[in-house]
Amino acid sequence: MLDKVTKQKLVVIGNGMAGIRTVEALLERAPDLYDITVFGSEPYGNYNRILLSPVLAGEKTVDDIMLNTVDWYEDNNITLRKGETISMIDRRTCEVVTDAGDRVPYDRLLIATGSNPIMLPLPGKDLPGVIGFRDIYDVDRMIKASTDYRNAVVIGGGLLGLEAANGLMKRGMNVTVVHLLDTLMERQLDPVAGGLLRKSLEERGMVFKMPAQTQAILGEERVTGVRFGDGTELPADLVVMAVGIRPNFELAKKAGLYCERGVVVSDTMQTYDGRIYAVGECVQHRRQVYGLVAPLFEQAKVCANHLAMKGFATYDGSVTSTKLKVTGIDLFSAGDFAPGPDKEEIVLQDANRGVYKRIILKDKKIVGAVLYGDTIDGPWYFQHLRDGTDVSHMRERLVFGAANLGEGGVSGQNSVAAMSDETEICGCNGVCKGAIVKAISEKKLFTLDDVRAHTKASSSCGSCTGLVEQVLAFTLGGDYSAAPKVKPLCKCTDHSHDDVRRVIVEQQLKTIPDVMRFMEWKTLNGCHSCRPALNYYLLATWPGEYRDDQQSRFINERVHANIQKDGTYSVVPRMWGGVTTPSELRAIADVAEKFNIPTVKVTGGQRIDLLGVRKEDLPAVWADLNDAGMVSGHAYAKGLRTVKTCVGSEWCRFGTQDSTGLGVKLEKFMWGSWTPAKVKLGVSGCPRNCAEATCKDVGVVCVDSGYEIHFAGAAGLHIKGTEFLTKVETEDETLEVIVALTQLYREEGWYLERMYKWCDRVGLEQISKRVVDDVANRKALFSRFAHSQQFAQTDPWAERASRGVDRNEFAPLAELELA
Amino acid sequence: MTSWIEIGALDDIPRLGSRVVRTPGGNIAVFRTESDEVFALDDRCPHKGGPLSQGIVHNKRVTCPLHNFVIELASGQAVAPDEGCTHTHPAKVENGIVWLSVRQAAAVS
Ligand code: SRM
Ligand SMILES: Cc1cc2nc3c(=O)[nH]c(=O)nc-3n(C[C@H](O)[C@H](O)[C@H](O)COP(=O)(O)OP(=O)(O)OC[C@H]3O[C@@H](n4cnc5c(N)ncnc54)[C@H](O)[C@@H]3O)c2cc1C
Ligand code: SF4
Ligand code: FES
Repeated sequence: MLDKVTKQKLVVIGNGMAGIRTVEALLERAPDLYDITVFGSEPYGNYNRILLSPVLAGEKTVDDIMLNTVDWYEDNNITLRKGETISMIDRRTCEVVTDAGDRVPYDRLLIATGSNPIMLPLPGKDLPGVIGFRDIYDVDRMIKASTDYRNAVVIGGGLLGLEAANGLMKRGMNVTVVHLLDTLMERQLDPVAGGLLRKSLEERGMVFKMPAQTQAILGEERVTGVRFGDGTELPADLVVMAVGIRPNFELAKKAGLYCERGVVVSDTMQTYDGRIYAVGECVQHRRQVYGLVAPLFEQAKVCANHLAMKGFATYDGSVTSTKLKVTGIDLFSAGDFAPGPDKEEIVLQDANRGVYKRIILKDKKIVGAVLYGDTIDGPWYFQHLRDGTDVSHMRERLVFGAANLGEGGVSGQNSVAAMSDETEICGCNGVCKGAIVKAISEKKLFTLDDVRAHTKASSSCGSCTGLVEQVLAFTLGGDYSAAPKVKPLCKCTDHSHDDVRRVIVEQQLKTIPDVMRFMEWKTLNGCHSCRPALNYYLLATWPGEYRDDQQSRFINERVHANIQKDGTYSVVPRMWGGVTTPSELRAIADVAEKFNIPTVKVTGGQRIDLLGVRKEDLPAVWADLNDAGMVSGHAYAKGLRTVKTCVGSEWCRFGTQDSTGLGVKLEKFMWGSWTPAKVKLGVSGCPRNCAEATCKDVGVVCVDSGYEIHFAGAAGLHIKGTEFLTKVETEDETLEVIVALTQLYREEGWYLERMYKWCDRVGLEQISKRVVDDVANRKALFSRFAHSQQFAQTDPWAERASRGVDRNEFAPLAELELA
Repeated sequence: MTSWIEIGALDDIPRLGSRVVRTPGGNIAVFRTESDEVFALDDRCPHKGGPLSQGIVHNKRVTCPLHNFVIELASGQAVAPDEGCTHTHPAKVENGIVWLSVRQAAAVS
């Protein structure tokens, strides 16, 4: 550890949400690099400003919203100088100067001074009783006023104004909201949603005066009323100005840093003076200033990365979403919803249920969404908005939301808010809603990853992820939108799957350590999430060249069998197209008896599973199965699994084509290939579809005139029927299209992303263009797949059973007989 | 007192991998890190008894193959926020040979 004398000095001005988030992220990346001092004007540790609204409304206390208490600073060797304001930055001597005249030197400086409420320059604006809504001090004054006085006027009908008005009303005051325009929250809402909002707030007793211009604040010693442009007056003992915020960059400006509407920063969050960084509401990045936490958190991450001298991350702006934190009112808004000639709108309005949804599309993508009354799908639309998903294939059902599209998963359709604490959210790990809420509030969790780590909810199959996100959103209020825009591959890196795949090709990276070195992995050997992903990417990119790294394979793929809960394994031999013979069955029966295998089961994939095999018996079991002509069924692989078939024209009175034969042909061509996630095929001999081909990754439905090829179906965590890709006339064309499709998926899918998710992300049309329309491309994809099959189609069982591959894996290193 | 038992060659354990040593008290997993350090733990995850020897090794940690608990090789402690601990046994490498000292308490448990 470096001592204080030799460490670089980092001074942070502003003890608010963006500044401290940066410090937290910096500590994660480089805990020992800096000697850190934080100045904050407010006399507290760091708190969650967003939750001031629930504090005002009496739903939370100040203690509830503390993020880091004073102890946290001590524990992390940070000097916190709370209650001290910096009045000057001396760039010449690299010092900051406090209002008491103290000079403190810095090597790096972080400006995170947030913003100030705009106080309209009206006569009377300085009277006691006229306040903004920004910090704990303001909230204290409002709470005090609510016990001493009756009438409050809130100027401004935006998010902040309405939350203030709601809080004051809950505290028993008569509240009138004055708004300049005739739509509430006009920046986030269209007139219809604004009207619905106004109606339900009025039902709760809120009074509106709008459109109205405030002209003066009246009173002598204290505010007594407000006068408007039309000459009318309202009595008021408290006036809250919530007309907007102004980035707080005076300090930076005085120091000669370039400022426009905020301190201007680069993509690495540096000001024009490279030693000085700035994050949060006080900055202007690419002409944009932000007033919500999600973008500030993204900035904080990038800034921390740069401060930690890992200078590869950049910030390239954010799209934001908003929720109003007024209990009982569900409102969500994201993106750009102004009408325009190149935009299309999908609107659903159900006056009786008080539900209004408007989704705005441009170029087949969601660019904006306004939801009122039913906001469950807000995060889902927002995800598609940020991902730029092509939504044309789900357009007609889009407005009904994720649950309706089968994306919500098994239990996705229930509203979290209505659930009791005992309702189980995560079926895999048995975690109920109450436990998640408790962990979020007690341990101050913010992100999905935090919740996964602390409660295990959503950490297994992930089908409850949507629900857990809803619990987060509902527990944290508006603060939950903090998920980063580009998902990093895992916690060991900030790079996304796409980045990694691209860089592997561009830089010709050929080993896992090379990738980690080049892309500056944050951990020494990665982890159980990134290593298998990297191994797959390298394998798929450099067929024949890359040497598969066994130690980066999950155990099932390392030993070519599925691990069971008691540490034994299961063995599933391939049964091509689900067809077997008496001699194969006899061999399976013999093996089961010879090795005392406790369970023999027919799987859901048309083959037979031998369960409970001891690890050391695996090679011998395989040898016997190999002798009978059977090979690995890859039931464990992110690769080709099963090809289910029906009997087809061979036997069935309705069969139109030889579906069994085609299935076998496909399986024989494609077995052994590794893919981002598992791939299952089905071939049905007629539209009765007995092989369930239309819920597989790829399915063929034979018809009299040829073969219909479908793909992107699933029937596991999510149930999703396939998309129709194309229809062809011969078996050979069928094979060519399916193989090309699979190769495109192999080259572009993210590790563990099933084909249907890939299709959702990339868009049906994109895929179809490259696999169906562009014949030359299809053939090129086909031959790349065929090339890589040369290296993939060796039976892993035979290698281990008779060729001694990986012998060490199956035998103990030593047997000890202890006394 | 520590009594050391020779259990095999370092090269017989893959880097970032593990091998099992059978004992009457249950299996012991012997891990080898990237920098050729060795560690020995009972082959039982503190969560639900998963075989740690079958997990993915990264730095000085192993991820249990059953439900992804991450265990510190040196201390046997589960990495927070998970909780639990697996018994460790002293292990060392000398001239390419791995030595193990089996702690009785663990061997019995
Ligand atoms: C054995 C089998 C159940 C059975 O007794 O029938 C089975 C067993 C397992 N399935 Fe399955 N699935 C089996 C058919 C299915 C099917 C039905 C099918 O293929 O037609 C499905 C739904 C179809 C689908 O995939 O869309 C299915 C959807 C899943 C899922 C959900 C995947 C998803 O993305 O939605 C998982 C979890 C995963 O892969 O992450 C899973 C995971 C598992 C694992 C590998 C869990 C694990 O990680 O240990 C189980 C391994 C047990 C073992 O040792 O063999 N299994 N699983 C079936 C083996 C088929 C085969 O011959 O290879
Ligand atoms: C009532 C309320 C509700 C909100 N609701 C939401 C919401 O639902 N969703 C959402 O995303 N966002 C919401 N916001 C906005 C969010 O709180 C801000 O975007 C965020 O706090 C900005 O972080 P920051 O670090 O830039 O500024 P701040 O958190 O304001 O931190 C700046 C800190 O710097 C200190 N400081 C300033 N100058 C100096 C100086 N010279 N010397 C020392 N210290 C100084 C200030 O005292 C302050 O503590 C809400 C804000 C308020 C007030
Ligand atoms: S076999 Fe599939 S459905 Fe059955 S318990 Fe295992 S993962 Fe769940
Ligand atoms: S048994 Fe190891 S994580 Fe569950």
